[in-house]
Amino acid sequence: MPVTDRSRLTFYLLLAPLLLWLVTLIILPHVGMFLVSLREKVGVREYETGFANYAVFFNEPLYWNTFARTAYMSIAATVLTLLIGFPIAYYIAKLTRGRTKTTLFLMCLIPFWVSELVRTFGWMILLRETGVFSNVLQWAGLADAPVEMLYNDAAIMVGLVYTSMLFMVVPLVTTLDSLDDSLIEAGYDLGASGFAILREIVIPHAMPGIVSGCIVVFMLSLGNYLTPILLGGKDSLWFTGLIYSQFITRFNWELGSAFGFLLLGLSSTIVFIGLKLSRQSLGRTMAQ
Amino acid sequence: MATVSLKGITKSFGKTEVIHGIDVDIRDGEFIVIVGPSGCGKSTLLRMVAGLETVTSGEVQIGGARVNDREPMDRDIAMVFQNYALYPHMSVYDNMAYGLKIAGTPKAEIAERVAEAATLLQLEDYLKRRPRELSGGQRQRVAMGRAIVRKPSVFLFDEPLSNLDAKLRVQMRLEIKQLQRRLGVTSLYVTHDQVEAMTLADRMIVMNAGRADQIGAPLEVYANPQTEFVAGFIGSPPMNFLPADMAHDAPPGAVKLGIRPEHLTLAQTGTAAKVIYTEALGAETLLHVDLANGTRATVRQDAIAPHPKEGETVHLAWDAGNRIFFDSEGQRC
Repeated sequence: MPVTDRSRLTFYLLLAPLLLWLVTLIILPHVGMFLVSLREKVGVREYETGFANYAVFFNEPLYWNTFARTAYMSIAATVLTLLIGFPIAYYIAKLTRGRTKTTLFLMCLIPFWVSELVRTFGWMILLRETGVFSNVLQWAGLADAPVEMLYNDAAIMVGLVYTSMLFMVVPLVTTLDSLDDSLIEAGYDLGASGFAILREIVIPHAMPGIVSGCIVVFMLSLGNYLTPILLGGKDSLWFTGLIYSQFITRFNWELGSAFGFLLLGLSSTIVFIGLKLSRQSLGRTMAQ
Repeated sequence: MATVSLKGITKSFGKTEVIHGIDVDIRDGEFIVIVGPSGCGKSTLLRMVAGLETVTSGEVQIGGARVNDREPMDRDIAMVFQNYALYPHMSVYDNMAYGLKIAGTPKAEIAERVAEAATLLQLEDYLKRRPRELSGGQRQRVAMGRAIVRKPSVFLFDEPLSNLDAKLRVQMRLEIKQLQRRLGVTSLYVTHDQVEAMTLADRMIVMNAGRADQIGAPLEVYANPQTEFVAGFIGSPPMNFLPADMAHDAPPGAVKLGIRPEHLTLAQTGTAAKVIYTEALGAETLLHVDLANGTRATVRQDAIAPHPKEGETVHLAWDAGNRIFFDSEGQRC
């Protein structure tokens, strides 16, 4: 069967780059990290296999408090991004046409023309003690001394929401665009109030977009390192910060790997719960 | 059930006026068809009655009360949309019940009214399905059912049959007509299909570029078109337009002579014309002919009549009483 053989060969050749990418860049490092995380250091260059590194995490309140805090701050950032992003996406998708639509969409994209580092420094210029907001408040007479707005949870939240907004708006605009205007008009015709239409027609339709936007924003926030560290300062207590210090500062790769796996487990669990709660399937959401 | 009156309705989008003053009084229980080519403003007019577009000037009255500033839900109307606008995430039952549920109707009454409408529309077996599991005709029925269960004073139809195939369209056309007769609800129906307009309407409004060129019963409009546009739009194949000087008794100012294809007959003498091609449709045959002055005309003949071959020269005759003259503005004269 030369024809089948050839088509099968083509198939494997086409598949090869994907497999190479999956195996070398995703599976191998994770397997390696998992093995490292199971090594217990008992002496210089002496190791035993066991779960001691994971036990360290559960026995040290600072670690799991930071872990929990990272989780709920990320969830809060996701919810905030959704609440701000939804009206923006609705406006872009339903209330504007043609040129205005493109312009507004581009404006959402503009912050991403510079690196995350530059964007975050931009916020620092605005929020720091000698920064723009502080000076304006003093000039307006609303404050009589410099105000420090950096290095607190609100600053972290602002940074996270700002960084992730695009990833919420794009899937929302796509799903809302596909909602036929006549469905909304029929709702008004049938006597529904604006709120009822939003709740019973617009949101059910936009659900796949909402879920995929939330998954992306949540994962970006959970795995973010730069924004929490720069805007939150040394009190930021972000879990990625702990992983960094285990690997780089304390050179404790074993504990760092264990932390990495815990973070992977956390994000998978929360995404799974989110999908179950919204009755969406991962396949349907990703196809969006 | 109610009367509907439009008094000097105009509509502008920005500086562009798209509807230039429509006046019509619709009787209780009447079936009115608004017909015209795309872009003539017929859908916009319907949407102003529905409350989905604001009225720039003039007055919309339903049941004698001014409704310009009322929300769609306070107008006691129900609209059937072109693409049906059914909710994909709701079952057929929930789609039909939605309006009643919003209005706070008791559950038992909702069930009763939906069941009644479902029987009327032969939808009993489909109530638990989702719209995407239905055929086009069934979706169309659900859309009508959703309007019927609310027992409105006025039905508004926005090209409800344009997404169906030709055969189903003819069938649904009959069903809509029967349903409207049975329920006796005042209806406004928008379409671009003049056959739909002719068959459904008690009276029709022929719209052209934002104006109502003529309002009247279908046969009255067919027999006595008031403008050249109406004469050409209503009737298929369209009316023939010949130079007015072909008639020695044309009224002053007339530039065109209109005559329907069925009013042209073949004779031994008369205006000479060359047959360009023939269309045998079974029950009738259409002859497309060129007159000596270059005008193309259509002659409708019974299929049983022996008809000339393509390329032959024939002679046309017509009865003076069937001619209609139009001036340079396209108005009847």
